[in-house]
Amino acid sequence: MDNGNASELPTRVNLFVTCLVDQFAPNVGMSVVNILEARGIEVHFPPDQTCCGQPAFNSGFRNDARPVAARFLDVFEATEGPIVCPSGSCVAMVRNFYEDLFRGQPSELDRAQRLSERIYEFTEFIVDVLGIEDLNIETNIDATYHRCCHLLRELHIDEQPTSLLENVDGLTLKPLERNEVCCGFGGAFSVKMSDVSTAMLNEKLDNVVATGASTLIAGDTGCIMHMQGGLRRRGEEVQVVHIAELLDAESDLNRASKS
Amino acid sequence: MKSTTKEFRSAASRALTDVRLQQAHEVVYNGFHKARLSAAGDTDDWEAQRTLGKAIKDHTIANLDYYLDMLATNVEKNGGNVYFARDGEDANAYIRGIAAKNDVSTVIKSKSMVSEEMGLNHVLEADGIEVVETDLGEYIVQLAGEAPYHIIAPAIHKTKAQVADLLAEESRSERRETAEDLTRQAREMLREVFQRADLSVTGANFAVAETGSIVLVTNEGNGRMATSMPRIHVAAMGMEKLVPSAADLSAMLRILIRSATGQRISAYVTMVNGPRAHDEEDGPEEFHLVIMNNGRDRLLRDESLREALNCIRCGACMNSCPVYRKVGGHSYGWVYPGPIGSIVSPVLTGLKDGAKLPAASSLCGACHEACPVKINIPRMLLELRSQTAQGDPDPQQRASGIGERMTWKAWRQGMMSRSRFEAGSSVGKIATAPLKRDGWLRKVPPPISGWTESRDFPAPAAKTFGKMFAERNKAKNGQ
Repeated sequence: MDNGNASELPTRVNLFVTCLVDQFAPNVGMSVVNILEARGIEVHFPPDQTCCGQPAFNSGFRNDARPVAARFLDVFEATEGPIVCPSGSCVAMVRNFYEDLFRGQPSELDRAQRLSERIYEFTEFIVDVLGIEDLNIETNIDATYHRCCHLLRELHIDEQPTSLLENVDGLTLKPLERNEVCCGFGGAFSVKMSDVSTAMLNEKLDNVVATGASTLIAGDTGCIMHMQGGLRRRGEEVQVVHIAELLDAESDLNRASKS
Repeated sequence: MKSTTKEFRSAASRALTDVRLQQAHEVVYNGFHKARLSAAGDTDDWEAQRTLGKAIKDHTIANLDYYLDMLATNVEKNGGNVYFARDGEDANAYIRGIAAKNDVSTVIKSKSMVSEEMGLNHVLEADGIEVVETDLGEYIVQLAGEAPYHIIAPAIHKTKAQVADLLAEESRSERRETAEDLTRQAREMLREVFQRADLSVTGANFAVAETGSIVLVTNEGNGRMATSMPRIHVAAMGMEKLVPSAADLSAMLRILIRSATGQRISAYVTMVNGPRAHDEEDGPEEFHLVIMNNGRDRLLRDESLREALNCIRCGACMNSCPVYRKVGGHSYGWVYPGPIGSIVSPVLTGLKDGAKLPAASSLCGACHEACPVKINIPRMLLELRSQTAQGDPDPQQRASGIGERMTWKAWRQGMMSRSRFEAGSSVGKIATAPLKRDGWLRKVPPPISGWTESRDFPAPAAKTFGKMFAERNKAKNGQ
């Protein structure tokens, strides 16, 4: 995606904040807003939005996922311009899996196809659309980075978050062993196969703790809740943050690191 | 082989607490997985080779009748016999018939997953025939009375000490210690059996339609011995394991071997072109090819699952799978473990009992990335979840409980309106307020109670993002 001519850069975007950020981590949404507004981009939040339908789809309940996904299309079709979303998983749902969810429904498939051309994962939007690899952020944090599965393997978004992080002044990135291996979240999997999920989580957390980093950065709120929930239960001090919080000069994280 | 896919959860729980198994699983990642990555990395145009592999398999499966017919014609032209078996029972009956007709007393086997599907060993043994596996790993699991743990490394779960015990007991000789001595011991034991076997049963990594050849990939040479020493050779294959031409075979071997063991080429690649011809010095007098369906037509008919027939059984998906590496091969309860097994086993043995297998995935996509023929395994796991949850028109065939169905109905209600979404969030906030500690909960109720067995769960935020953003904008505009 080369938007070479600067005058063609979008000046207004629509935020799909995702149901998890909306309910559990609103600060992540605010960080996305801060970062975009700091670049003069107006952020519109379509107020009727809820969820893309992924939880039910992943559990096999397509009859329940379909109307929710169709509603997502309704809400965002009423907007114009790019849709930005701080979750690789939810973007993958729209881009890769609506095709299966709406199989046999040509008009919905067509709508999903057109909408998927407008939706961007947050770091993808910053790097590929805005052409920014350095957000001029200063911090003072020792951190490590977990590559979330859907971002990495469904969307193949990897260089974008990596280059944004590499350009943060004062961020020491410690290498994480098996950083491409799943943390065991997997939505309903974490509940239905709790013991298998926990075994995967413990391998991940052992590797995280071994880095000695104070902060774990990731790009998807589901995985963040999972890893933070596990670290808390184990009594570890490591905090888990969304990459948007690290890249937002105004976030609590960056304010705290400077004080 | 009897399916115990239904017991996935209890079997998985046992494996998770077995320290020795967990150590063995590490070999899968540190050995096979890393070897594959290194072999792929050292191969120019690896992605193009995967694309070619996928194209060859897509084409073959789309024209399966045509190529099976061509294969059968050419095998017969080479002097072999072809038998299309409906299922395992049918295939077993055919092979029993050959054994009976020829007074066979000893059968040797070279690795064949299809014969595991058939449960062939037990059937022949019940007829009083001695059956001996000759792949070292298969031999070890046979001596232990177990099923293969992994499709290319059947005994990866066994320690050296366990192998030493098994071989000492079987040979009634001194217990040996080193890997080298143990291999030599097994070799001596097997050599004797090779010499007196009347009939061999092998698998087929590929069959080549245009030449009527069967291809075996091995590292121990047992495939070559098994296909040349006994008087009768029976090869058993799934009906999807063929390629049109020798050129296609070459392309498939490159990706199969690199993906399986990380080798550029295996120690042996054996091509069998039927029985010994009148001017040839060795080879079997009789050759039979058993081509088995055993439910594969169900995959073929279902467009959303057909891609599973592209599988070339390299094991890369299980080596890359973080779930396989925790639960191990036996938890899956049938012949094929891991991600591809989670598709193939339920379809071949029964969706309702096998419903736990497609659920046993975090959908991380590592299998899709690893597959040499680019099978989109996560997509098919989702498809099977849908079929088992509510897709099957017959409610008796559905694996979902009423509670789960009601939960998703309620979820749907909540997500169909922003005001209900906000209300749900408020209820959650109020209900959890007395229980939370710095924003986290130690215990949550069903249906998500499994989470807090090992992890804290976040309490809903004081305000949804929607509210927070609206209030901020109001304040900003008011200034």
